[in-house]
Amino acid sequence: MSKGHTPSTETRRPDRAALVIAVFLAALGGLIFWDASRLASMGGYSGIGPATIPFVIAGGLLVLAVWTVFEALRGDFPARDRQEFGPVVWIVGGLAAQMLLLKILGFSIATGLLFAATAAAFGKRKLWMTIPIGIALCLAVWLVFAGLLQLSLPAGPLEHLFW
Amino acid sequence: MNTFDFLLQGLLVAAQPMNLLYALIGVTLGTAVGVLPGIGPALTVALLLPVTYKLDPGGSLIMFAGIYYGGMYGGSTTSILLNTPGESASIVTALEGNKMARAGRGGPALATAAIGSFVAGLIATIALAFIAPFVVKLALVFGPREYFALMVLAFVTVSSAFGDSTLRGLTSLFIGFALAIIGIDQLTGQTRMSFGVPDLLDGIEVTTLAVAMFAIGESLYIAAQGDLGPDKVEAVKGSVWMNRQDWARSWKAWLRGTAIGFPIGAMPAGGAEIGTFLSYATEKRLTKHPEEFGNGAIEGVAGPEAANNASAAGTLVPLLTLGLPTTATAAIMLAGFQQYGLQPGPLLFATNPQLVWGLIASLLIANFMLLVLNLPLVGLWVKLLTIPKPWLYAGILLFATLGTIGANPSVFELGMLLAFGVLGYVMRIFGYPIAPVVVGLILGPLAEQQLRRALSISQGDVTVLFTSPVAAVLLVIAAAALIIPLILRARGRGEVLAQLAASED
Repeated sequence: MSKGHTPSTETRRPDRAALVIAVFLAALGGLIFWDASRLASMGGYSGIGPATIPFVIAGGLLVLAVWTVFEALRGDFPARDRQEFGPVVWIVGGLAAQMLLLKILGFSIATGLLFAATAAAFGKRKLWMTIPIGIALCLAVWLVFAGLLQLSLPAGPLEHLFW
Repeated sequence: MNTFDFLLQGLLVAAQPMNLLYALIGVTLGTAVGVLPGIGPALTVALLLPVTYKLDPGGSLIMFAGIYYGGMYGGSTTSILLNTPGESASIVTALEGNKMARAGRGGPALATAAIGSFVAGLIATIALAFIAPFVVKLALVFGPREYFALMVLAFVTVSSAFGDSTLRGLTSLFIGFALAIIGIDQLTGQTRMSFGVPDLLDGIEVTTLAVAMFAIGESLYIAAQGDLGPDKVEAVKGSVWMNRQDWARSWKAWLRGTAIGFPIGAMPAGGAEIGTFLSYATEKRLTKHPEEFGNGAIEGVAGPEAANNASAAGTLVPLLTLGLPTTATAAIMLAGFQQYGLQPGPLLFATNPQLVWGLIASLLIANFMLLVLNLPLVGLWVKLLTIPKPWLYAGILLFATLGTIGANPSVFELGMLLAFGVLGYVMRIFGYPIAPVVVGLILGPLAEQQLRRALSISQGDVTVLFTSPVAAVLLVIAAAALIIPLILRARGRGEVLAQLAASED
């Protein structure tokens, strides 16, 4: 990762994305500050209670936000690789599908869909093939982990056929 | 009883058939997962944590130790045969090792890495056994303020002393702190940052965060690079055995690597990378074959690999004796202890000597197993490298979510996994290191606890933090470790520090 010390016309422009990060850090700091300020001050003997450290962290985040703005304006953030968003959408979609379907359809089907979506993100788009492979693999994993190692993995219609 | 007696007792524990089996499973799984490209030791340990959930603490930690060492061995195979190292500590190994593999000397490169790892692991684990009791004695005189100062030092070295930006390292650390606040305050029982959501009361699981950031974040990042074509795996041609000259050139490098790696791992200095780079530089200066460096010099594989494993063992010194994780991997191991309600530290040596010494002894046994697993069976591991990317990452995400579901089968937990995965991806794009987030999450609450204890004892007098000589010295070192790199970077000499970046381990 190279730093922006070598002056080029591109890195010297204010970095919008980095400014967004600064806003995020400031918002996070503000949120912690707001949450901590509703805590009762129970300093006890130490003079510092449950709210003290959150205040310090919130303050730290605000300082870091200002520092980020400073570096963003100077263009000190490293150059970024171009990101392709198609694959990202596939994987995030797969994870979301697994999250929502886990309780209803059980571990194997939900995770099989995640498996197929991830494979699709890396270029294997033949879903009619990858989904069954994923479900079969996840069922095998379920049988080993839930059956033999007694991990509590949610069962669905498919798992009930076997267990 | 002295160290020998304890170690013998530990060997008796570790040599029980069931424990041997756990160690064998651990090293096998650790090597298999560690070999997979893109998976470093931190993720190996995080992914395999759920396998140990249902075991008793002793067996689980023994399996865990095997996974840790196995992941280190597996990483070196990846970096020699594939030019994309799976773990940052192996980058140096890839410099010379991959060149050797291309020149048809992959066998000796793998052999010197495996034997070097073995020698280093053996010496460093014995050193761990002998140093640990002293550190424990030292730790007994440590009060809350000394612990707090030590943790501050660890925060600085993990986040900002190395790597390419103080700002981004500190930002990662503070994101970890922010996540650490979530949940019930340990001292007063008040809820913080939970917003009335019951699922947040227990706080954020370290394993959820680590798996999300390392596995999901990394998968998203690799996927978003688009199709880069298949990685080229170098075939292992010829014998895996080293000839007389290879031995002659390797053995000193192993010992020097061990001597460099172990102390660096044992100090809260932020990971195995520094040791491997120093070892590489040393070998390059001392070699009789300078012309070979850059084209596949065997010393350049032997030394750094030894340093890598020695510092992995060294990291266990602060972890076991002080409960202080100095790398992301150690932070996840600490989480592994905590799932059984065990807090590593001087007390654990007193209350649970069988467990601690059994763990240390099983590291020795795991090391022998790994030598056997890695030399004759290396062809088997090489096959794992040829798994096509779609199946590889689909499998990684399958097991990443399996761990989270196994620990807590709730939609909320999976939602956090997804959210932290996206956060890890975004951080990766912008060059923020991940390790400080993990260390901040697990060490932040411990540091807060020690600080509040120290101030309770002093009745709120803050100067007490600086009046103990030990604490004062540690804080001064921490301040130096924060400020000196800032000055170096401002003068444009940050490249050296950037090379030492602790990106994963």
